[in-house]
Amino acid sequence: MTMKKIVLMALAACLALGTTGVYASQADDINALRHYFKKKFPTVPFKEFANGSYALSADKRINWESMRDFPPFEDHVAKGEALWNKKFKNGNSFATCLGNDVTKVRNRFPHWNAKDKKVETLEGNIVACQKANGEKPFGLKKGNIAYLSAYIASQANGQKVNVVVPDDKDAQAAYEAGKQFFYAKRGQLNLSCADCHVYSAGMYARGNLLSPVMGHTTHFPVWRGKWAKKKGDGFGTLHRRYGGCNKQVRAKPFKAQGKEYSNMEFFHASMSNGLTIDAPDYRE
Amino acid sequence: MELQVKPLAMAVVVMAAISSVALPQAVAADSAMIEKGKKVAFDRKKGNCLTCHQIAGGSLAGNIGPPLIAVNARFPDRDKLRAFIWDKTESNPYTMMPPFGKHHILSESEIDAITDFVHSL
Ligand code: HEC
Ligand code: HEC
Repeated sequence: MTMKKIVLMALAACLALGTTGVYASQADDINALRHYFKKKFPTVPFKEFANGSYALSADKRINWESMRDFPPFEDHVAKGEALWNKKFKNGNSFATCLGNDVTKVRNRFPHWNAKDKKVETLEGNIVACQKANGEKPFGLKKGNIAYLSAYIASQANGQKVNVVVPDDKDAQAAYEAGKQFFYAKRGQLNLSCADCHVYSAGMYARGNLLSPVMGHTTHFPVWRGKWAKKKGDGFGTLHRRYGGCNKQVRAKPFKAQGKEYSNMEFFHASMSNGLTIDAPDYRE
Repeated sequence: MELQVKPLAMAVVVMAAISSVALPQAVAADSAMIEKGKKVAFDRKKGNCLTCHQIAGGSLAGNIGPPLIAVNARFPDRDKLRAFIWDKTESNPYTMMPPFGKHHILSESEIDAITDFVHSL
């Protein structure tokens, strides 16, 4: 066989894969991380990664399990259910935008919107729905948006995360931008998300056991002890968390639901593909 | 004999006189720097070195970096140690250790003090 023929055949094989809708780079990233964490934590079963640092430490796990016995977020989920069932002034509701079957909402996000050429997130769509119906939009990081998101997510518990990057060069560029954001050093302390949640996963920063990126998004929104000590009621969205992790390296946080964080969520949530949704949850 | 002993004895007296003034002062300055360095190293808003390193006298330390013990055995050259703390990314762009001098996380005099402190470990 000539060299040219081999290359052409390889190309054909790639194209064939492409038509199945699996973006090769996304699949490679997921596989690479799975191997990496399997080697790093050989005794931790894959599905356990959804539990973050509690999969890595028996001590921390005891505390987490006792918090889950009497979850501090039951009222929040109930408030979210009421928001889901409430009619807008014009008679519509969130179901008008997101679909009547609430169990089929959480797992469609994040996804690529080919028409507007952007990543859509659940929280972004909640607010877009309010705007489209003449309702006052929720704040983006805590309060009602987190309650509603928690109720919607809880209705998808047990389903497996499956973020799809379609065969579309703009979608792929958004995924790559999100990946770049995750691996880029930033802030005065010059640290990337990956420094803490890939290379140092399983190690301690002070008393904090660093969680692996794989499994990061399965359980949001979360109730955090640390947030409960601040203003509000301890509950917050994934983008609130992003802002906190940016601030602790003394970088300026980006806007919740802005392009940077939405693109990152596209990449970040992909790394939890195959893990089970179990939301909301307690975190330290 | 007497003539030979006398200058020696005098030299001893002179040295003792000098040391009784100068030497304790030099030691005092050093330990003040080390004390200051320790404060800056442990301060969460300054060095916050305990996030990543175990250091004698500090509690609730992380383990991202190696424990800082017998550092002067690995860094006999104080300048090399100072350069490491000032900007480790120079020699390892992937390091997790923040570039304390280059990014103005600490002032030059704070870095001097931390270097003395770490060198004393
Ligand atoms: C200096 C270290 C550090 C850096 C850098 C960092 N984080 Fe974190 N992150 C933490 C710590 C500590 C926690 C709390 C313990 C844990 O669950 O890992 C945390 C928690 C999280 C969680 C919650 C995990 C869970 O199980 O609920 C997410 C999500 C997260 N980080 C994302 C990010 C992203 C995205 C970035 C980059 C923008 C980032 N982190 C950068 C230290 C860091
Ligand atoms: C966010 C993590 C982090 C912080 C904060 C940090 N370091 Fe480090 N440090 C490291 C890592 C990781 C290494 C290992 C070498 C490398 O990665 O280049 C290291 C190595 C060192 C070494 C070399 C030790 C040896 O035995 O070779 C010294 C000395 C040191 N750090 C001093 C400090 C001092 C002093 C501070 C605070 C002013 C500090 N570090 C803060 C992560 C950190």
